[in-house]
Amino acid sequence: MTSISSRRLAKELMEIKNDGCPVGINLVQADDFSIWLFTIEVMGESLYQNEQFTLQFRFDQQYPISSPAVQFVVTEGRQAPVHPHVYSNGHICASILGNEWSPVLSVIAVCVTLQSMLASCKEKQRPVDNDRYVKHAPENPKKTRFHYDGEV
Amino acid sequence: MSSDYEFSDNEGDYYDSDEMMDFQNDDQDEDDMEMDDYNDDFKISTGSKRKSYEVDHTSLSQTSVEKSMKDDVDHICGILGVEPAAAALLLRHQGWNKELLIERYMDDPAKVLVDSGAAVQEPARDSTSIRTHSVDKFAAGPSSRRATRSSSKLLSSLTSPTRSSAQKYISSPTASASKSRKDAKSSEEPESFVCPICFDDSLELKQIALDCGHSACSGCWNAYTISKIRDEGEHCIRCMTEGCAIVAPDDFVHNILVSDAAPDSDTTENLVAWTRFQEILVRNFVSSNPKLKFCPYPGCTNTVSCPSAASKSVLTSMVPIVSCGAKGIPGSVKDKNAASSASSSGSSNSFYDKEHVFCFGCPIESDHRPVVCGVARLWLKKCEDDSETANWIKSNTKECSKCQSTIEKNGGCNHMTCKKCKYEFCWVCMGPWTEHGTAWYSCNRYDEKGGVEARDAQSRSRASLERYLHYYNRWANHEQSAKLSVELYAKTEKKMEDMQITSELTWIEVQFMKKAVEEVEKCRMTLKWTYAMAYYLARGNEKDLFEDNQRDLEKAVEDLSELLESPIETENIPMLRQKVTDKTVYVQKRNEIVLEDTATGFQDGRWRWNVSVDGFEEPLEEVRVD
Repeated sequence: MTSISSRRLAKELMEIKNDGCPVGINLVQADDFSIWLFTIEVMGESLYQNEQFTLQFRFDQQYPISSPAVQFVVTEGRQAPVHPHVYSNGHICASILGNEWSPVLSVIAVCVTLQSMLASCKEKQRPVDNDRYVKHAPENPKKTRFHYDGEV
Repeated sequence: MSSDYEFSDNEGDYYDSDEMMDFQNDDQDEDDMEMDDYNDDFKISTGSKRKSYEVDHTSLSQTSVEKSMKDDVDHICGILGVEPAAAALLLRHQGWNKELLIERYMDDPAKVLVDSGAAVQEPARDSTSIRTHSVDKFAAGPSSRRATRSSSKLLSSLTSPTRSSAQKYISSPTASASKSRKDAKSSEEPESFVCPICFDDSLELKQIALDCGHSACSGCWNAYTISKIRDEGEHCIRCMTEGCAIVAPDDFVHNILVSDAAPDSDTTENLVAWTRFQEILVRNFVSSNPKLKFCPYPGCTNTVSCPSAASKSVLTSMVPIVSCGAKGIPGSVKDKNAASSASSSGSSNSFYDKEHVFCFGCPIESDHRPVVCGVARLWLKKCEDDSETANWIKSNTKECSKCQSTIEKNGGCNHMTCKKCKYEFCWVCMGPWTEHGTAWYSCNRYDEKGGVEARDAQSRSRASLERYLHYYNRWANHEQSAKLSVELYAKTEKKMEDMQITSELTWIEVQFMKKAVEEVEKCRMTLKWTYAMAYYLARGNEKDLFEDNQRDLEKAVEDLSELLESPIETENIPMLRQKVTDKTVYVQKRNEIVLEDTATGFQDGRWRWNVSVDGFEEPLEEVRVD
């Protein structure tokens, strides 16, 4: 399993370095195969103009069979975007990070999906149960069992 | 429990017959009763002489359940003319409801096949012709193959129901379903298959795909399948490609894990996963059939069939306590107990080989006779409400209004989908989601009444706390005694050994002690639940009679317990033996009376409650206890 996970990540990293990231997404840190950091911006007209967020990916040995743990970084002056599917601790309620994860998806595919999730946002607000969730949330968002509705 | 006998080896049977003779010698009057007991009580599938508090049931092994699954699959194959693999997927998707499946399939075969993951979704534009002429299309051959979303899906565009959905090893390069931008071009050359999951491109790589044609290497399929089975307990293993709904048929899973597993995969892990997969399939079948229930004991794979308790409505008139026939818990538990008991006797094992007794009608994993499931559940819930955990559960979870699974919401929106029964409802008002339309943020259906009722109930429970404690303490006492039974068994065994040494009684002759201990434990179980029942019984003559029976049983049990605990003096052994034997028979009879009378009462609808219980008449206002 180790080999699959690191081979796959090595390959993804190589592609990023050769082809570059899509517009608005930048690789910040990928020193090893356990944590990667990206910055993400929403291009064009949106509620998040001129805002930049940091996205953290954590991979386990089962990647890509199991999904990476993805969340927005909320330390060092960094904020999570105010969005109905993003909790103030950076956790994201998105089906592709949970039950709809497919091993065919990649790190870049996740970034792009989240970027478009932000871009299509119509109203800046926190999820309804934000306070209660943040108070009890596990450290790793993968430990949370989200229920998804069709609008993610 | 006394039913140890049924499954014991020859040695055990020998005790039985000897003991029966013993009783005949001791007391002729008790003989009939004893005979009854052996004919009825110790049998798993009870015959015509079934008592009013027993229920007919049969135990099925995993193999026989698999056989009835196969029968259903064959049945569907015969009627719908599909391959067994597809039939299995269709049945699983329809919850093994054959009639519903046949009906839906007749309406729209293509849709049913696609929904169940047995066939690939056809492109919309030619859907009509394919749905109605799927067989012609199959016969038409390659000319009917059309380019779908990507050229790679060509291979699978044949979705004729007669086609096997077994796995295909794809050698043709055009079949590569790689989504990778870079690999798209390289798939022109036959040699360079790159697995889209692990990006391995070595030549030995084995390419595997389901009917949809989305290939991956055998190693990735293996890892993915194992993770689905082991981590998620999933029987429905879909294609790895995002959005692809094709489900892997059983023989595909078998190939991936066993017969054609990736060379570098762990054979033991593969076999464990395959065994688990088969068990998951059986569990899925069993849970879809109300006449079946999987044995809840850890490590047990038996299923009990109890058709007479299949509907919820009968649970007000009977207590379907069943046994799967197996005993003990595989692995360490038994061994640990056997080791910790001071006894060196080999027969001690039978003390710890508890039979797998459980209730068919509710999740209680023990014999809760004489009280019916609804009342037993009420009582347990009430007892639990006093603990912190239960308080937490109460304040943080809700039950699915369809299948009663406990659900915790820890994120996301109010649109809930029950993981077990797939019922969609609103977290706020618990009503079906279909009534909500798209307004998923704010539910204006919330009913103030619920909050008011909760507050009322709280103040009432405070007022009746004292009454509750009266019943609870007695309940807990019997529960505690039952828990100590392991110690009591060990102690009794020691006494039996001593007795053997000090008197001229043989090992077989001192078995009366063991029998008495078993009887006491059994009756304590009955007594325990009678307190739950009495707590909820409405005041009146019926309750008085019930409590009289309860008192008689309790008195008899305490007397017998005391006898068992009393020190043994050598000269008194014959007398003690006589006393214990008589008491045991008496206790047995009293227990019988309580169980019989209560069971008959349920059949006649004689019992009235002081609270509202599912399926029973509402309590009259004046008997309500406040």
